[in-house]
Amino acid sequence: MTSQTVSIAITGAGGAGVMTAGQMLLDAAAKAGLYGLMTRSSGPQIRGGEAAAYIRLSSQPIDCPNDTFDVLFCFDWMNVDRFAAELPLRPDSVIIGDQDALNPPEMITRSVARQVLVPLGETAKNIEGGRPNMIGLGILGELAGIPLEALQAILEKVLHRKGEVALNASLEGLRQGMQLADDLEAEIGLNLHLERLAQDKTRWSLTGNEAAGMGALRAGVRFCAAYPITPATEILEWLAPNIEKVGGTLVQAEDELASINMVIGGSFGGVPSLTATSGPGLALMTEALGLAVSAEIPLVVIDVMRGGPSTGIPTKSEQSDLNIALHGLHGDAPHLVTAPTSIADCLFTVQWSVHLAEKLQTPAIVLSDQSLGQSRNIIDKPADLAFIAERDVVGDGVVEYKRYALTDSGVSPMAIPGTHGGEYVADGLETAENARPSSAAEDHYAQLDKRQRKLLKFEYGQHWALIEGEGDIAVVTFGSVTAPVREAIQRLAADGQSVKLVALRLLAPALPDAFEAALAGVEKVLVVEQTHSKQFYRYLRSEYDLPKQTDVLAKPGPLPYRPAEIVAKLKEMI
Amino acid sequence: MESVVQEKRLTFKDYKSDYKPVWCPGCGDFSVLAAITKALAELQVPREQAAVISGIGCSSRIPAYTSVYGFHGIHGRALASATGLKVARPDLTVVATGGDGDGFSIGGNHFLHACRRNVDITYVVMDNEVYGMTKGQASPTTPPDWEGSKLTPHGTGVSPFNPLSVALSAGASFVARGFAGDPNGAAKLITQAMQHKGFSFVQILSPCVTFRPEQTEWKKIVRKGEIEETGNLSQAAAFLARDDGFSTGVLYEVQRPVFQPTLQEKHTLQEIEESFEL
Repeated sequence: MTSQTVSIAITGAGGAGVMTAGQMLLDAAAKAGLYGLMTRSSGPQIRGGEAAAYIRLSSQPIDCPNDTFDVLFCFDWMNVDRFAAELPLRPDSVIIGDQDALNPPEMITRSVARQVLVPLGETAKNIEGGRPNMIGLGILGELAGIPLEALQAILEKVLHRKGEVALNASLEGLRQGMQLADDLEAEIGLNLHLERLAQDKTRWSLTGNEAAGMGALRAGVRFCAAYPITPATEILEWLAPNIEKVGGTLVQAEDELASINMVIGGSFGGVPSLTATSGPGLALMTEALGLAVSAEIPLVVIDVMRGGPSTGIPTKSEQSDLNIALHGLHGDAPHLVTAPTSIADCLFTVQWSVHLAEKLQTPAIVLSDQSLGQSRNIIDKPADLAFIAERDVVGDGVVEYKRYALTDSGVSPMAIPGTHGGEYVADGLETAENARPSSAAEDHYAQLDKRQRKLLKFEYGQHWALIEGEGDIAVVTFGSVTAPVREAIQRLAADGQSVKLVALRLLAPALPDAFEAALAGVEKVLVVEQTHSKQFYRYLRSEYDLPKQTDVLAKPGPLPYRPAEIVAKLKEMI
Repeated sequence: MESVVQEKRLTFKDYKSDYKPVWCPGCGDFSVLAAITKALAELQVPREQAAVISGIGCSSRIPAYTSVYGFHGIHGRALASATGLKVARPDLTVVATGGDGDGFSIGGNHFLHACRRNVDITYVVMDNEVYGMTKGQASPTTPPDWEGSKLTPHGTGVSPFNPLSVALSAGASFVARGFAGDPNGAAKLITQAMQHKGFSFVQILSPCVTFRPEQTEWKKIVRKGEIEETGNLSQAAAFLARDDGFSTGVLYEVQRPVFQPTLQEKHTLQEIEESFEL
């Protein structure tokens, strides 16, 4: 028998090699033709604390965690109870532990799941240089039906630098683990083999943060300035070496105030520019974002959201920066706010956002989040939709140049330093058309109108939302919540119940006509979001007409949405 | 190939705009504007190749009074914007300007890191020891017993910030002090600063005749060219230890590696994308 998807959690103390084993399992599964997702979780220690890897493998593309885990493999019992709330198990789930580990915590002993013990430490001890995590990898690989060659290939790729002795010890551990799994399968009747379909497309393995970085490069971003912050740092660590390869640069700034103002400087210089941060950093950047609106400087800020307010829960996901992204700027400051609808879509949404920001000469805030940014996904190589930075500029020899000319589109061609005759001063002060500071009412009205007009008149095309399916009931959502919503909708479709999906990629400006068309014929709406105060629902209420029968599913972080929660809510409404 | 058309030599007036400054009559900043435009003329920087970047304050209005590219941004962030511009566009001549409040209070952190980073920009601070634009409050360089502000009626009681000392200890590679009452001297210092490869800092004592009228006396106190230039850090620090803040000249100049990544395309996007392939 084969199943369509299998979910495996691995936990262990710091140094137990949980993440290494998890990543190897994911990569080997991908090599064997499967799709997969891996989310990391760790305790509060900076290094050396307990860690958990949550892996879901499937024959089909997947991009969100399942409702429950089939297997919980504890390399040891060290603080595993810290992860209890993240580890929903069923009576037929299996907890695998080390037979020599003492005192399993209550979370294990009182669990509804079946439990088996394997000689993890002992087997490792009998191999020179053997490590329990490699035995564990062998067991899990065999249970999931991943062929030895795929596991071996990954091991060789990762461990070749550590020398032949280490590699051989790991390979031996892997083989012995696979043998242990054979006994286990017979003993408890556990079979998690997945159907492996022919692999005809190039597969990529990447995190949302890496995808966001690639999207920036594809769009033409060549300057980045940033300050490290969890969970956005990986965007910067990925970009720093890669932006150099294409002739750009990344500056590590002294703080977020510096990073956003450096980005403004770079973009004023004509170079498409971007920074990445999380909630606390975005809060520091909001004054400068107002400057970019006023001076009409294109730039992109990727906000990888985490639990807030304040320091909040830095390592866990939440969508609660929506309000500050939409409304955080002082004054009337129209700007762009977008959100990727999946890990893979981080690439496209960032690329498209750079394109929009450059085209409209205004800042764009991209709302990614921890669960998108830090999860690794196996996907089909995405198509390049060729959205690039295209800024309207003036050429040498322009006379009587008016930087903020009142055009029909609201977009005024920009003079890039180096352009003869285009010399002007960009300003946070309100200006007249010729960029001279002005506090005259007519200039303020005209410039406010112009800055709003350029956003409202633009044709955003089909990418403003991800719209799928039909039905008189629709889910309206955005960001990382889209993935569990899509899976919930697929499950209902398998039961013959069709539900429409409208996942907004463009959050601001609001597009009332497009939204109305998307909801044509829809009688009931469920809004799903990961905030406590229903920020998204309130925003929709303020900008759009929603059917009378509109319900909201809103929960804050740190726990992810599971598709079953959304299915249950939709069934209530149907 | 040499250009056939001989470009006309630009004078300092060519670097000024026709826009009337908001400054009070007698403000030291007029002289600093003249000094900056004289330095640009001395170096014959093409107007389209220069940018003057500022934050908020009386002196931060300077970009609009020049005819080159400019950015009048937000309070305290001139150095950050100037850094971004220069790193992204190394072909440009970038000058950051501002006052003591903008540079040493709200923008103090950026000042430290600009000194450390050593990007090839020039930073001209017009120091009048007061917040002029908000009508006369104490700044970081105000003496502790100055009781002229309603905000600090008993004086600040806080030790003044010593810009040159801070610049030295933060690693600036060019440090100088000039005086608005000596515009030609100031122009020379700014010219030298712009020629310096790396971060150059020039403090210009620039009297505020409105909120610190006693500063009109500075012309009697300032000692032109008294600072002894050195490339020795301890000698420069020793000079400052006995200095009263009214001597002018270049204090310190050394060559340090300039922060300027080479912007050269060596790979294609496709090559980068291959790293995601399994």
